[in-house]
Amino acid sequence: MQSLTNRSRNVVNKKMNFWERIYLVAIFKGMWTTLKHFLRVMFGKSHTVRYPEVKRPFAPVWRGWHVLKRDEKGAERCTACGLCAVACPAEAITMTAAERNKGEEHLYREEKYAAVYEINMLRCIFCGLCEEACPKEAIFLTDRIVPSDYARQGFVFGKDLLVEGVEPEKRIDVSVRQKHIQEKKWAAEPAH
Amino acid sequence: MPKVKIDNFEIEVPEGTTILNAARQIGGDIVPPAMCYYSTLKGSGGKCRTCLVKVTKGSEKDPRPMPKLVASCQTTVMDGMEVANITSDEVIKARAGVVEFLLLNHPLDCPICDQAGECHLQDLAFEHGAENTRYEFERRTFEKIDIGPYIKLHMTRCILCYRCVYTAQQLTDGRVHGIIGRGDHAEISTFIEKAIDNDFSGNVIDVCPVGALTDRTFRFKSRVWFLNPMDAHRDCPTCSGKAVVWMYGKEIFRVTARKDRYGEVHDFICNTCRFEKKGANDWTIEGPRDIDRHSVISQNHYEGAVTVR
Repeated sequence: MQSLTNRSRNVVNKKMNFWERIYLVAIFKGMWTTLKHFLRVMFGKSHTVRYPEVKRPFAPVWRGWHVLKRDEKGAERCTACGLCAVACPAEAITMTAAERNKGEEHLYREEKYAAVYEINMLRCIFCGLCEEACPKEAIFLTDRIVPSDYARQGFVFGKDLLVEGVEPEKRIDVSVRQKHIQEKKWAAEPAH
Repeated sequence: MPKVKIDNFEIEVPEGTTILNAARQIGGDIVPPAMCYYSTLKGSGGKCRTCLVKVTKGSEKDPRPMPKLVASCQTTVMDGMEVANITSDEVIKARAGVVEFLLLNHPLDCPICDQAGECHLQDLAFEHGAENTRYEFERRTFEKIDIGPYIKLHMTRCILCYRCVYTAQQLTDGRVHGIIGRGDHAEISTFIEKAIDNDFSGNVIDVCPVGALTDRTFRFKSRVWFLNPMDAHRDCPTCSGKAVVWMYGKEIFRVTARKDRYGEVHDFICNTCRFEKKGANDWTIEGPRDIDRHSVISQNHYEGAVTVR
């Protein structure tokens, strides 16, 4: 058969000479490679980091634990429009809407809000379609890793685990992710 | 019978048929969209201008083209008439302009609006509208009004199609409902609050092409695309009892009349059926409703839940 790449080699079963037959040369060659790595780990720079204390920076394409954003005044941006749930290929998102009462304007941005908003983290495939579908820039996937557990029960994340805090130090920065999504959207539209 | 050619499709229709209805008999993409015309409401149409078409040949006897675009819901066909709808760039451009005008004062609060997903203005804007508005001035806003215990009026979303006025006039007895003010000041007046006693007042929700009149018993309960629309009927002493129940599991979230493919209701249902019969035993379920597969309502419904056409 004709080769596709011209990189293949035919196998030849030629007789080995003395040095090849005792294998010692090949063994020392291999051992030198192992020793090089050993020396680097012992005296040089390590490849790994000590994870919980040291964290590597995430790429902007990384998609982890979702956040439901608040606006600059601290009101929840989500209006329970259901577009994330209908866009979700894993059907991980469910929500129940409620009407905002008088005096709750500082809590919810629009007249409708999500009274219950749940993401089943076991179903979620972290594809990011929910944040693309969101018309209110309310949901974002962040660089936080969803903690693992032995039990399945705790993985339906409600609003307590999804909505960011009101205080400035509890806000979750998504500007890198936001910029990335915007660039992706512009790239998809040739008009820009 | 006059023969008319619409976008190169020829059809023979009875005398007095409008271009829009002739196009609907042909069907498909060449049917002009209509926001205000409603075949079952007498006198409707001619308000919104979305159904504008170009008449390239007036008739066999007088083949001159009509000088301006005409509203196809009001113009009757003539023998030998030739009409261009989607084949005319002029029509497409004019329609985009009409959509822009309709959206001038529309709040575009689709994420909140209960009509989202079955809104004709949403479909129209998606198909013809521009991505951005050029309007720089303040949009007119109104307070929300509760029209009785069942209907909510968001005057801000209204496009003044007059369908609800005709509904109130023709289905209910006694004219108690209308639009006051002119031009930019026109609004559905409080007259409408007086129509709430009538058994058929709930139909204004169904005829409304936008989310201006919505069901208070369904307000913010769910989104239409999460629900399964099912054909159902019940023995009703006041109306035909033929309706669509929108179910979530075994629970009935809302009841609407049956709309045809152009969103028009032929059998209007009474308020008892619409607002009060939401128990599981109130209705005999006939089967899933046909939903256009391009509609968001058919999203995430797998085989059997909803039949898609």
